[in-house]
Amino acid sequence: MPALLELEQVRARYGAVQALHGVSLDVEEGEIAAVLGANGAGKTTTLRAISGNVRREGEIRFAGRRLARTGPDDAARLGIAHVPEGRGTFAELTVWENLRLGAYTRSGRLRDDYARVQTYFPWLEERRNQQAGTLSGGEQQMLALARAFMQRPKLLLLDEPSLGLAPLLIAEIFRIIRELNEHEGLTVLVVEQNAHIALQAARRAFVLEVGRVALSGPSEELQQHESVRRSYLGY
Amino acid sequence: MATFVATLTKRKTAVSTGVSIPVVALLVAGAVFLLIGCLSSEIFAQQTVSGLADGAIFGLLALALVLIYRATEVVNFAQGEMAMATTYFAYQLTQWHLTYWLAFVLTLAFAFVFGVLVQVAFIRPVQHKSVIAVVIVTVGLFILIDGVVTWIWGADLKFMAAPFGNNVYTLSGVAFSRLDIGVFLVCIASMVLLWLLFQYTKLGLAMRASALRPSSAALVGVRVDRMLAVGWGLAAVLGAVAGMMTEPKQFVLQPPLMQPILLYAFAAAVLGGLESPFGAVVGGLTLGVFLNLIGQYVGFATSELRLPIAFAVLLFVLVLKPTGLFGRRQVRRV
Amino acid sequence: MSMRRAGAPAVAAAVAALLCVLPFLLDGYHQGIASAVGIYFVAILGLNILTGYTGQISIGHGAFMAIGGYTTVILSHDHHTNLIATLPAAAALTFVCGVAVGIPALRLSGVYLALATFALAVSVPQLPLKFSKFLGGSNGLQTDHTVSHLWLYAVSWACAALGFVLGWLLLRGRIGRAFRAVRDSELAAASSGVSLPIYKTLAFGVSAAYAGVAGSLFVLWTNGFAQPNEFEILLSLKILIGAAVAGLGSLWGVAVGAIFIGLLPQLSASVPLIGPAHGQDVVFGFVVILIMLVLPNGFAGLLWRVRAAIKTRPGTS
Repeated sequence: MPALLELEQVRARYGAVQALHGVSLDVEEGEIAAVLGANGAGKTTTLRAISGNVRREGEIRFAGRRLARTGPDDAARLGIAHVPEGRGTFAELTVWENLRLGAYTRSGRLRDDYARVQTYFPWLEERRNQQAGTLSGGEQQMLALARAFMQRPKLLLLDEPSLGLAPLLIAEIFRIIRELNEHEGLTVLVVEQNAHIALQAARRAFVLEVGRVALSGPSEELQQHESVRRSYLGY
Repeated sequence: MATFVATLTKRKTAVSTGVSIPVVALLVAGAVFLLIGCLSSEIFAQQTVSGLADGAIFGLLALALVLIYRATEVVNFAQGEMAMATTYFAYQLTQWHLTYWLAFVLTLAFAFVFGVLVQVAFIRPVQHKSVIAVVIVTVGLFILIDGVVTWIWGADLKFMAAPFGNNVYTLSGVAFSRLDIGVFLVCIASMVLLWLLFQYTKLGLAMRASALRPSSAALVGVRVDRMLAVGWGLAAVLGAVAGMMTEPKQFVLQPPLMQPILLYAFAAAVLGGLESPFGAVVGGLTLGVFLNLIGQYVGFATSELRLPIAFAVLLFVLVLKPTGLFGRRQVRRV
Repeated sequence: MSMRRAGAPAVAAAVAALLCVLPFLLDGYHQGIASAVGIYFVAILGLNILTGYTGQISIGHGAFMAIGGYTTVILSHDHHTNLIATLPAAAALTFVCGVAVGIPALRLSGVYLALATFALAVSVPQLPLKFSKFLGGSNGLQTDHTVSHLWLYAVSWACAALGFVLGWLLLRGRIGRAFRAVRDSELAAASSGVSLPIYKTLAFGVSAAYAGVAGSLFVLWTNGFAQPNEFEILLSLKILIGAAVAGLGSLWGVAVGAIFIGLLPQLSASVPLIGPAHGQDVVFGFVVILIMLVLPNGFAGLLWRVRAAIKTRPGTS
């Protein structure tokens, strides 16, 4: 069965600076995959290359079809939801408006989608009309997840969901991610600096170094791997 | 109905503007002053009503300017000329024997298309390159549109049918012209309709999102470029209404019709805060009333000084509060 | 780099020689156009110093031109002052006005400053209508005598040359470095000891002085008449267009900008299809838009790109 997402020798640059030197990875349908690496390794750029936010070369296939040099709005229409660094929350708009924007590419009534979202994030209903920027960091991250889920995407790209959050919240976020994956069949590609929690949630992982995939494999293997332990897991 | 009102009031607490207590207090004080003045003097009331009608036009054009500025950080110098051109279109329709209000509606549709075309053809190619370039393009458009209109219709004075008639109503000694009331109502209705569009429709939400955070909007599937074009189309529609309301107030139609209005609209937009639609409206109404009252009661302030006075008001506000009455230091997010 | 430096004085000398010879090749009407180019050169140079080098945007230079123009006319009309002597007077007065505008401008930034100066440009021409006793009202005032085309050409281009040299000297030295520091980063400039308020207001004053001289010459160009409708907003917009075509930060680009706004209206008046009275505007507006689409950073941007291309060619150092 072909993978849902395939990257083949993807190169990307910001102006004159080459950020990705040929990244190849794949994500199978229904799994959670992780991209690990230090700062500047190219993790965020990889996600941007997928959603079309950066100039790139190389081949990207999604659901069997080649992704042309499309922009981010096309990626959204194809079923890719990208929660970027900083969450991409519309701070000036209300919680409800943020969710509604998440469902922008969907037609028809949103009632069912919204009901489903509420099962994972029950607190959203009472905060409907609150300005999104006044939510706490953890709440904003959950709102971002909810917004992405409203899109009913095939693939969810998450950029450092743990950033700036306390450990308890991080665990909660990843619990929800795993639930969305198991109960909704959502395929997730998560980029994380927190390798520990990422390897626990993901089935497979790719370690990026200086714009290339240095290591890849099932999470259990990587967790045992010498250099991964030293560099990313701290022991 | 109850839920509608409830959502309205709920929204008010959720929406944040650059409103500060001193500004609100000032405006309330001003409103009270106006009310007292209107009740005590007929001339005061007349000038206030007339000023509100003028001010509604300023506010409408200012709203168009703010609409575009919020989305693109560009001041559209051609906004007035675009409004003037669409008014000539309406004029032409009435010359072809369409009724005024039919011509009005058709002109709005034409204005929308015109605005979209201008954005796509002239603005889009430069909008990411350089802000100065875009401004110069709008200046070029100012000159171009003026030239084209003069070429097609000539520079002589034209007359359109009066949309509201020339009746004057008297209420306890105060004369209200039907024209002023009509102009005021049409302008305010346009503003309200626009507000409804932005607050309650999917398109309006997408446009607000595009203006606030273009890259985040793109990630959820909004075609930001299209939203910009729609924004220009809507701004052109607002301008068309402003132009068609200005014509009867000036009694004639000629190419320089909207040039002074553009200046007052700039002053109103800056007064209200360039990023605040609400500020544009309040700024316009305030400016209109203020100019009329000053002209009435300060002998020195004859009609030649209207523009310099508007400028002085502008400068005064900017020196005290550089971002205008309702503006706030907006950090532009990507 | 050294090639270019050696080339520049030679080019300047060649241009100067050409300018000296040119008027004798042209008839009176075209001499007038050439003078107009010189006048616009001075005005655009002034605006460029402000915007290009200190980053403050002004769309109000028509107002300063009006002040300079009326100064010349009043001095000539009421006091029979020598016309050339009115030029420094105009420069001095507009310098003071520029500083006066520059002080509140300190509080404004970007678009707010642009709009405030725009409002200035619109308002100042209204003043002669209000104070018509002193300033002649809508009919305007006239100098006590007119000048020949050749005289105007000589004086305009002498001022242009003077302004160019002055500008070059100013921007080379300490003041110029301060100006550029202010433009590039106000924060950095302030923290390295550049006194922001002084340099920003100074820039405004100098820029206004240039416009004032241009205004005096402009009045002489229109047969010595100073009328409010000569200084309406279109003039400020033209100067702005000229500065944008010139591009920011290039003194040579200013010449291109001046030629553009000086010549184009004349050329486009002869466009056949559209009636002569309105053909000007249509063509001018259209060409302005076209230029901005093709060269968003003006001539200076083009120069920059050309120089960058030359530098990256293999074989050059």
